[in-house]
Amino acid sequence: MMDTARPKPPVPQMRRKSDRSNLIHVNRSMPRRDRAHDEKPIIEVKGLTIGWGDTIVQENLSFEVKRGEVFGILGGSGTGKSTLLRFLIGLEQPIAGEIDIAGRGRPDLEAGLPPFGVMFQAGALFGSLTIGENVSLPIEEWTDLPDDAIAAIAHAKLKLVGLADAADMCPAELSGGMKKRAAIARALALDPELVFLDEPSSGLDPVMAADLDELILTLSKTLGLTVVIVTHELESIFRIADRIVMLDTETKTIIATGDPRELRNSEDRRVGDFFNRRSKES
Amino acid sequence: MHDAVAFWRDVRKETEGDLGRIVFDLSNVQAADGGVVALLVELRTELGARGVKAELAGANDRVETIVNLYSGHEGVTLRTKHKPEGTVAQIGRSTFEVKEEAKALLDFLGNMVLAGITLLRHPRAGHWKDVVALCEKTGADAVPIVLLINFLVGFVMAFQSAKQLKMFGANIYVADLVGISLTRELAPLMTAIIVCGRSGAAFAAEIGSMKVNEEVDALRTLGISPFGWLVVPRIAALILVVPLLTLIADFVGTAGGLLVGIIDLDLTAQGYVIETLTAVHGWDVLTGLLKSLVFSVAIGLIACQQGLAATGGAEGVGRRTTSSVVTSLFMLVAIDALFTVIFRAFNV
Repeated sequence: MMDTARPKPPVPQMRRKSDRSNLIHVNRSMPRRDRAHDEKPIIEVKGLTIGWGDTIVQENLSFEVKRGEVFGILGGSGTGKSTLLRFLIGLEQPIAGEIDIAGRGRPDLEAGLPPFGVMFQAGALFGSLTIGENVSLPIEEWTDLPDDAIAAIAHAKLKLVGLADAADMCPAELSGGMKKRAAIARALALDPELVFLDEPSSGLDPVMAADLDELILTLSKTLGLTVVIVTHELESIFRIADRIVMLDTETKTIIATGDPRELRNSEDRRVGDFFNRRSKES
Repeated sequence: MHDAVAFWRDVRKETEGDLGRIVFDLSNVQAADGGVVALLVELRTELGARGVKAELAGANDRVETIVNLYSGHEGVTLRTKHKPEGTVAQIGRSTFEVKEEAKALLDFLGNMVLAGITLLRHPRAGHWKDVVALCEKTGADAVPIVLLINFLVGFVMAFQSAKQLKMFGANIYVADLVGISLTRELAPLMTAIIVCGRSGAAFAAEIGSMKVNEEVDALRTLGISPFGWLVVPRIAALILVVPLLTLIADFVGTAGGLLVGIIDLDLTAQGYVIETLTAVHGWDVLTGLLKSLVFSVAIGLIACQQGLAATGGAEGVGRRTTSSVVTSLFMLVAIDALFTVIFRAFNV
């Protein structure tokens, strides 16, 4: 995966367009040549404990995500996968531990544009805007491009996810799968080097889920994107993930890390049961 | 399940007292539904706990399958009844909730101040293009209801006072009473109440829905401040619109009084208008507009704060919307009272 991925540049600290002296003129996807930078993991998590107040959801989590790989966060329902994602992207403050994203430490969402895009589970598209406006929004907000250029970029992003004809539609008019595609387009609007996808194929029929997996794989390979996927859909994981971490509810920590295809034969009963869809009682 | 109540009552009665062993003979049972079998299995567990050996015997294959299915639930603990919260506990919980709410409100105000400073430094960063649409929604769309309510307020006030003033032959002073009351107190307050019920509730529900649908989180991950993008345009729209609505309310309320003056007090329209203009000074109208400005900020802040505090899906949004309206109404009256005291103290 790493060999086929196009290397990504370090993300420049972006400023709002209102700050005229710091307009963005740098294409974030321009290839760069710093090998040491490429070999450094894009996400490093050390001893992370997540939860609220006295409630600990997961503790002592440590893992790394390499640049250009598709990395899965796996676990049963209620293990705290989506919660972990919220902590990784800076929406919540961890109880303990360290998170480093793209060498910039724990994301501070108040400080500017984070170096990643996010697709939330239900898409989280802005209902008052059309799909095209949803995708244009971050470009309008963070660049000083003229309207026609913004529209062209938004169109290209929507075309990338197969929604070129849906630009003028409202989110309420889209199916679940289309909403997720549109949300991916919005997450990619500013060409981040890293995207987080929360349950991308949940609630979709098998064909639509497979299409979405194919899209994620294509984006990862052609754009050199690092993709972090939160899911419990095994088919998706086997199809697209290079590596995974598996969370457990009882021990409240990671019980397996590695290639999902190898973990299928894990001697750990919990891991084996999950990957082979075995009931706990069997 | 239809016979389950009678069945449960009868079987429990039969199994009361000291029993060494009890056998439930199911040989004549051709079919049983899940609920009845679940009750029998539960009863067997309960008897076992009392030291009574209970058996379910003679069931045909079909019934036995259901019994085996429900036997997995042996030892199910009874639902614990919630003890009603005591008065002291309620007071304690409410106190903590008030503390938390106050903390959240201060946090919100702090963020608003930061967003305000950012917008002063970089006005282009504001999401101003929403302001026009919001002005239309909160202002233009509210005009009919503002007209109707304030016309009726002026009309009712004049009607109520007419009877009293007639007794003293002071019919013309209805114009003074209606004009001053409306411009200083009632028009700003009634208009703010209408805006609070219409737009404040809508803002809280809209932002609350965005919050529970993760749209607010999505904004933050795009590096966009929800305060600058959602809160500031709404408050700006209210600041622009509420004083204008109040001004309209002043005129239409006066028209309500005028109608009563003409039909009930035999006043001429010209006489009523001249008396109103004599009694009502520019400062009276200005104090009303000043109040409406503060009301609009209060409505906007409370509605947006409640919306952003919504959690837990549709129920949470509903709770916050209600809370937004109730809190705003209380604040409107409190602010109005404060203004009245201040104006009185400074004799204005």
